[in-house]
Amino acid sequence: MTEARIIRVAGAIAEARPLGEAALYELVEVGERRLLGEVIRLQDDIATIQVFEETSGLSLEEPVRRTGSSLTTALGPGLLGSILDGVGRPLEGLADRSGDFIAPGTTLPTLDPEARWSFAPTAATGATVAGGDVLGVVEERPGIMHRVLVPPGSAGRIADIQEGSFTVSDTIATFEDGSPLSLSHPWAIRERRPMRRRLPGDRPFITGQRVFDLLFPVVEGGSVAVPGGFGTGKTVIEQSLAKYAKADVMVYIGCGERGNEMAEVLHDFGRLTDPATGRPIMDRTILIVNTSNMPVAARDASVYLGMTFAEYYRDMGYHVAILADSLSRWAEALREIAARLQEMPGEEGYPTYLANRMSRLYERAGRVESEGTPSRTGAVTFISAVSPPGGDFAEPVTQASLRVVGALWALDARLAHQRQFPAVDWDTSYSLYAEASASWFSEEGGADWRKLRAETIRLLQRDRELREIAGLVGVDALEDDDRLVLEGARIAREFLIGQNAFHPHDAFSSVSKTYHLARLLWEFMRTGTGALEQGVAFEKLDLAGVRVAFGAVKTAAPDDLDALIVEAERTIADMEVA
Amino acid sequence: MKPLEAPMARTYAGAASAAGPLLFVRSTRRAKLGEWVRIEGAGQRNRRGQVIDVGNEITVIQVFEETLGLRPAEATITLTGETATTLVGKDLLGRALSGTGAPLDGLPASIGEARLPIWGAPINPVRRQHPSDFIETGVTAIDGMNTLVRGQKLPVFSGPGLPGVELAADIVENARPARGEPFAVVFAAVGITERETQTFVSRFRESEVMERTVLFLNQASDPTIERLLTPRVALTTAEHLAFTHGIHVLVVTADITHYAEALREVAAAREEIPGRRGYPGYMYTDLATLFERAGVLKDSPGSVTQVPVVTLPDDDITHPIPDLTGYITEGQIVLSRELHQRGVYPPVDVLPSLSRLMNAGIGKEHTVAEHREWADQLYAIYARGREAKLMAAIVGSEGLAPGDRRALEFVDAFEKELIHQGGVRRSLPDTIRIGWSLLQTLPRDELTRISDATWGARTGGTDAGKSS
Ligand SMILES: Nc1ncnc2c1ncn2[C@@H]1O[C@H](COP(=O)(O)OP(=O)(O)O)[C@@H](O)[C@H]1O
Ligand SMILES: [Mg+2]
Repeated sequence: MTEARIIRVAGAIAEARPLGEAALYELVEVGERRLLGEVIRLQDDIATIQVFEETSGLSLEEPVRRTGSSLTTALGPGLLGSILDGVGRPLEGLADRSGDFIAPGTTLPTLDPEARWSFAPTAATGATVAGGDVLGVVEERPGIMHRVLVPPGSAGRIADIQEGSFTVSDTIATFEDGSPLSLSHPWAIRERRPMRRRLPGDRPFITGQRVFDLLFPVVEGGSVAVPGGFGTGKTVIEQSLAKYAKADVMVYIGCGERGNEMAEVLHDFGRLTDPATGRPIMDRTILIVNTSNMPVAARDASVYLGMTFAEYYRDMGYHVAILADSLSRWAEALREIAARLQEMPGEEGYPTYLANRMSRLYERAGRVESEGTPSRTGAVTFISAVSPPGGDFAEPVTQASLRVVGALWALDARLAHQRQFPAVDWDTSYSLYAEASASWFSEEGGADWRKLRAETIRLLQRDRELREIAGLVGVDALEDDDRLVLEGARIAREFLIGQNAFHPHDAFSSVSKTYHLARLLWEFMRTGTGALEQGVAFEKLDLAGVRVAFGAVKTAAPDDLDALIVEAERTIADMEVA
Repeated sequence: MKPLEAPMARTYAGAASAAGPLLFVRSTRRAKLGEWVRIEGAGQRNRRGQVIDVGNEITVIQVFEETLGLRPAEATITLTGETATTLVGKDLLGRALSGTGAPLDGLPASIGEARLPIWGAPINPVRRQHPSDFIETGVTAIDGMNTLVRGQKLPVFSGPGLPGVELAADIVENARPARGEPFAVVFAAVGITERETQTFVSRFRESEVMERTVLFLNQASDPTIERLLTPRVALTTAEHLAFTHGIHVLVVTADITHYAEALREVAAAREEIPGRRGYPGYMYTDLATLFERAGVLKDSPGSVTQVPVVTLPDDDITHPIPDLTGYITEGQIVLSRELHQRGVYPPVDVLPSLSRLMNAGIGKEHTVAEHREWADQLYAIYARGREAKLMAAIVGSEGLAPGDRRALEFVDAFEKELIHQGGVRRSLPDTIRIGWSLLQTLPRDELTRISDATWGARTGGTDAGKSS
């Protein structure tokens, strides 16, 4: 057989011939440096390849070799705490090989081939098992049990299963037909992992951000788009969730964004502990990093890689959150590749299949009952930043996201410029999960959660109407009760939905703190309205004292919270006598 | 299999065709993507180019010099076997060079230390040090409100006729490394006018910054496509100074808008499918390969900090050039035509301005303990005042609530006393002091971003209480 050789290279795309036998999406090694690439089009005996590494220096006639498999990742213990590039190579390992700067052409396994894991079987010799059944467990990180699963699609009677210390490729069990099982198995990242059935989401994903938990909640298994122009706070939101939100496993995908941001993530995540477990948050985190100046085709892979990891831990029965920053860069990678292929462009130059690809991706999120026994439910929650050009949401990536997500957290540049953070535009944002999560919040936060939510929304809406009026006639011309609404909304913006990601006690808000701030706001409005009805003049209300009290609750250390809430209640009750 | 030997220089007689800045050559053997090309011909001047698309049938070469007068059929085309490189070394300091590194100052060429490829490799994110070292620029709107740190990329968003280049020159002239560490400037002029270039150069010479500066000058009259090289030549030089010699390097590029236009010209010549407003769909990625070359490495003493100047076409911040820049850089310093017209210098509108790395670079260890609260509070009142100003335009300031009225008055003082500083350098302590004096004109209970502890320390321990 003649060896395939490069006949064209342009940007991230190479063409080689003869490769008629190759399969679509088959992985190939391109050139003498064996750059990783993937066949994305086959025509006669010519294969078009997207190359996941820097192509400059590739020349005509260099060889191209088939690998026989598609882009797969190894799934097994050791993923947690790892920092990988878009195709799953550990970045520390790459640094050991090529230093401070990334050089193309290095192959490295995702899972450390030498690490040994202590495996405790739960399945017994003689048992008949199938895909998704639990073979046993490995304590992957302190307190985190990695359930070793029979790979989807395989089945048999266990002839032998061993307890002991193994590497990810050692045989831990064999089927009667002789086929071995190990702690890890490969998975093609573009394929969704099977599950028994989808379940409706019924528990909230606790974000620790009041504006989301109270106004625009998301359920475990839900999906959210977070569009906003540059500097509106997308990354701060994604990072805050990765740090403080409640999930068993976090998959953070830095897709086509800044290197310094990733340095910040690495710096912070290494120092923070998960309040729920007291363990470093890196223990529950997988970081996938493909910065904007790294090869563009790997952006495409990075998102599927992250999704595959998430599904894998979901299958073990965990709740996994994927934080993708930013999905627009992924879509732009598709556009860049499509343009090189001279494909017929759709809207704004994006390929016509963009919306289709995006919905298939979003659909991999969800709460599910896993395959196999013992029965498990798990969930993948998907929160993706979207970077609309010019901050204008009427663009293909935002629009395609909106067709599939259950919640929209719309960020607004005007609010960001005023330093109103999170800069969530409460008029445009929505959540379809509010009702599904309300019972849980009512139980955990307070019985009147629904009412407080509705009252807060009403207050903000009324505020907007009044401000339009005041903009025409002046605040002076407003009635006292309307001025009270303006004041209440100011408190809401500043102390309830405003949250400073860099304040040690404000960065995360417990459900209880969120509840109490909402309740105090409602108390304020009720007491204020009562006072005005009694004929007290608006000017006589001690608003300054109330604002100070709210500020104190907002930034309260956990130990002081209860006392400061009581004090705020007192200040509100006394505000008319000031 | 036997490795193919490294390709050597190969010469071809005549190109098949030429279009704009592109040259199309038939069946080049083993052309390499990114390969450096010489184009010569009897009676034609020598030109340089780069392979941007290799194919069995046609290989595309992007020509960096003007192609006017080029006769493709008569040209001799040499594929050099190498990729574009530039000479780097400490002896470049003090030199003025062309946009591709040839001496312009009449002095002999530098000897240099090495030739490095100009298309730098990406920094491995795990090898990056999170930037946190404060750079004092002497500009209040930056030092106080949008702090610059080493390893950051912080562009100036200017507009036609606004003093973006002047502000960049101020920064170069006044920036002080915190502890007297080695410091250098690399200035890349990209398509700016002779006058703008002179603004820079004469100020450098006067202030004796020149001896620690390397100038790369591609001016408006120089070849357009060369603009794609100049920033990369400059950055390669900067990286070498930073990471081989441990120098803190500030790279100023003016103007990114001209760079982006050159990018568009090549894309159009290739008949590529255009992205937004005619700019290529890969412009984000391309700009990222420039801006992401800022940074600090672990276990390495130097740093590369970038202050690019971007002229907003039509003052439009949503134009693809500033938009994509803002999506990549770590903030932006935005100039305002209105402030400029009112004589405020530098005319920085702090509301849309941002430094994303400010948090790590301020506070007790870097600047002053209360820096965050101070800046947040100034922002909060100024933003409120600007809203009030809009409202006052309709209802008059009598129609405003008392707090809004005070904020409105604050706007004026803030712009005239804090932002405006003429051309004079202002130290950070002075910046902080003036800020406090403005804040202290307001009632304590309107300063909700200032904690009691900070307030107490500020007012000498008296009245740490809540409200007046
Ligand atoms: N919750 C927040 N609290 C305080 N500052 C914030 C918050 N969110 C955003 N910011 C500020 O806004 C800047 C830009 O936010 P970032 O998330 O990087 O924006 P984006 O990713 O949308 O471009 C941050 O550097 C920070 O200064
Ligand atoms: Mg971001």
